[in-house]
Amino acid sequence: MDPLRQPPSPCSPRPSSPRTQSCEMLGYVGIEAVLDQLKIKAMKMGFEFNIMVVGQSGLGKSTMVNTLFKSKMWKSTLPGLGVPTPKTLQLQSVTHVIEEKGVKLKLTVTDTPGFGDQINNDKCWDPILGYINEQYERYLQEEILITRQRHIPDTRVHCCVYFVPPTGHCLRPLDIEFLQRLCQTVNVVPVIARADSLTIEEREAFRRRIQHNLRTHCIEVYPQKCFDEDINDRILNSKIRQERIPFAVVGADREHLVNGRCVLGRKTKWGIIEVENMAHCEFPLLRDLLIRTHLQDLKDITHNIHYENYRVFRLNKSHVLPRGPGWVNLAPGPAPSPASPQATPRTMKVCRWTQDNSDDEC
Amino acid sequence: MGRAAHCSAFAVVKGQGLPRRRQCNHVSRRDRTGERPAGGLRQLPRWDSLHHELFQSHMAAKTAGMPSQLPDSEQNQKKDNTRSLTMSGHVGFESLPDQLVNRSIQQGFCFNILCVGETGIGKSTLIDTLFNTNFEDHESSHFYPHVRLKAQTYELQESNVRLKLTIVNTVGFGDQINKEESYQPIVDYIDAQFEAYLQEELKIKRSLFNYHDSRIHVCLYFISPTGHSLKTLDLLTMKSLDSKVNIIPVIAKADAISKTELQKFKIKLMSELVSNGVQIYQFPTDDETIAKINASMNGHLPFAVVGSMDEVKVGNKMVKARQYPWGIVQVENENHCDFVKLREMLLCTNMEDLRDQTHTRHYELYRRCKLEELGFTDVGPEHEPLSLQETYEAKRHEFYGERQRKEEEMKQTFVQRVKEKEAMLKEAERELQAKFEHLKRVHQEERMKLEEKRRLLEEEIIAFSKKKATSEIHQNQPFMVPGSSLRKDKDRKKEPGYRFELLCFDVRACETSDGRTDTEEGRRAPRPRGGLGSVWRRSQGL
Repeated sequence: MDPLRQPPSPCSPRPSSPRTQSCEMLGYVGIEAVLDQLKIKAMKMGFEFNIMVVGQSGLGKSTMVNTLFKSKMWKSTLPGLGVPTPKTLQLQSVTHVIEEKGVKLKLTVTDTPGFGDQINNDKCWDPILGYINEQYERYLQEEILITRQRHIPDTRVHCCVYFVPPTGHCLRPLDIEFLQRLCQTVNVVPVIARADSLTIEEREAFRRRIQHNLRTHCIEVYPQKCFDEDINDRILNSKIRQERIPFAVVGADREHLVNGRCVLGRKTKWGIIEVENMAHCEFPLLRDLLIRTHLQDLKDITHNIHYENYRVFRLNKSHVLPRGPGWVNLAPGPAPSPASPQATPRTMKVCRWTQDNSDDEC
Repeated sequence: MGRAAHCSAFAVVKGQGLPRRRQCNHVSRRDRTGERPAGGLRQLPRWDSLHHELFQSHMAAKTAGMPSQLPDSEQNQKKDNTRSLTMSGHVGFESLPDQLVNRSIQQGFCFNILCVGETGIGKSTLIDTLFNTNFEDHESSHFYPHVRLKAQTYELQESNVRLKLTIVNTVGFGDQINKEESYQPIVDYIDAQFEAYLQEELKIKRSLFNYHDSRIHVCLYFISPTGHSLKTLDLLTMKSLDSKVNIIPVIAKADAISKTELQKFKIKLMSELVSNGVQIYQFPTDDETIAKINASMNGHLPFAVVGSMDEVKVGNKMVKARQYPWGIVQVENENHCDFVKLREMLLCTNMEDLRDQTHTRHYELYRRCKLEELGFTDVGPEHEPLSLQETYEAKRHEFYGERQRKEEEMKQTFVQRVKEKEAMLKEAERELQAKFEHLKRVHQEERMKLEEKRRLLEEEIIAFSKKKATSEIHQNQPFMVPGSSLRKDKDRKKEPGYRFELLCFDVRACETSDGRTDTEEGRRAPRPRGGLGSVWRRSQGL
């Protein structure tokens, strides 16, 4: 990970200063009611979650998103219906508000049709990285305004799901390049797409090989090892990391009747693949990781680590903020990662200012 | 704890849905004095416990995991310009608030209270009573010359909630004879905390999630129970603090006022505050669950409180109370004082809102004022949105230009001074040279004069010696009478034998104008040459 940002991870308890004393309370006071207050506030404000799916066409990205959120986010494109493959990579975003039991979630899904589809896929990750950095930039600009909004709208990408085609061999060079670049900027969860074309043993072997590849190339996917706070986390996350990443998933948005129950699945001549059946595929694991247990953590890591890294890099380059007595004087910033915002045309304005500054300095 | 909650309190039971959330019940909590409310928080399921069969390497053919529920149809919501979606099944993100809460639990909470009031009005006692603990503070003296603020931090823990509580006390408030400067230290302290947070926020490499937030979240203002009205000092202090911090006024030592007087006093106080434009903190009424109770509490402001940590036996229970000969004032009895209301409002219902208000209103106001002071604006002169970046760049250029100019100026002055100094030195040098020349000339003249004198003297010496030689010759020839007398004269003159030798001749003698030989003169009588250094020695004999 970025050498600038070291653990402690975002959720570690605040350090206690030497002057704090620990006091015994003689009776019930009612401090724990603050948790209820927090909940009420959170429910009122609602939650935001931005997810990006990246992968070649035909791997079932749109179907997977529909399955995850059990709704028709997108019309999944059926093959052979004359939809032309896009010539260049274009990012499409769609936003929905979904509510469950009083909890409102504003969900934004960004799709990347055309990724890896061209003959020459060189630098196909640049538009994606540009998009991610643009969201960070937008947030940063909002944050440094004088009169800020009460609640800054959060469009930063919290999680990127990367679909690995089920070749059964190992990660391809395109995958490795992309993962290497993306893991430094955003949380990446790799999944094996269309896992119904692999048997269970093949899946395991494929998974091991992918894990080996990731280790060899020092790619840190979510959950990152360096952000584990305590022993419970480490146990939990090592389970995820060692045994289950990447998840082998199958997506489906049609329902079929199995044993008298209605289940989501894919119907084939040799049987019905149930999406939510753990014996068939690992979709429930992915869903639980993303939504039920680790959603807040994904957002925290994005806000506290990735966004801060971007901010440090950006401010070092352009010396935006005024210097106060607490100014941390850093040496001229780190060599920009390949995901430098100057590469994309979207951030032209940033380009101009940084150019001016570099002229100024020398 | 991290991302995992304790698994023991939660178990996945097939066929049942997820357990219900605990209801937030204020009334019931008031009755409990020493016990924790039953029914813990809904615990968050651990990721691996949701599929614990998998991780116990228990391969079963039956379905594990969450049972698929019958499709629910949710209500359509129209929300601004984003579409809403109906879901055809249970997704499971209702656990989001719990995830958030768990993270907060793990981080711990932070709450800072500022107590402003005269010495001896009962601030420390009230805080002790509020948090049901003894914070070990001794009585402060009345004789401080200035108002000081003393901050102390304590770590409290209740069930799984850790609270870092900071109590800031004003020491010496209202004790001075001249109270004009009493409230300034308080305002400065609050501003200093905002400033520290702002500096942290503006740093490049910042760690806001680790930052110990020391901004004051609430100010308890203690009003002394005179029964009449607000003191001027109180009014002034509250007016200067109301835009910087949430103020909750309380009437201290409320057992000194009777019930009827109390009612009138409260009305008088509120009307005075309103008429002077002091904005005290109003409990929020926008959320339905707490709107009613907050609204009713708003009508009871300011709270009349009594603080005590001493226990007195009433009936068959020990309660916190103050014992008088005429009765016992129970702290937690609603009929006696409003202490329970205060604790309820401050801690149980609105702690989060107080923190929120501090951050989003007071801190933002401070930040805006501070940045505007530095010259940053959001809108340029043509009313187009101006980014901080552009303003900063413009300012930087401006300052840079000014710096250049100043540097030039200084250079100019420096060069000028150098020139002046040089000229002066040259002048001095020339003068010195002239003087030297002059002196040299004088010296030269002197020398010449002396040379002249010497020559003359030598000539005279030669002449004299010639004369002497000739006179001796003359004496040797006629020998007798004419010369003898002369000789006798000479002898006689010589006999006593004074012969004056010129030992040294001083150049300094400028009055050698007569030029006569000294030897002749000296023979007759020693005549000092005006004390100018000629040394004559009288010697005997020839």
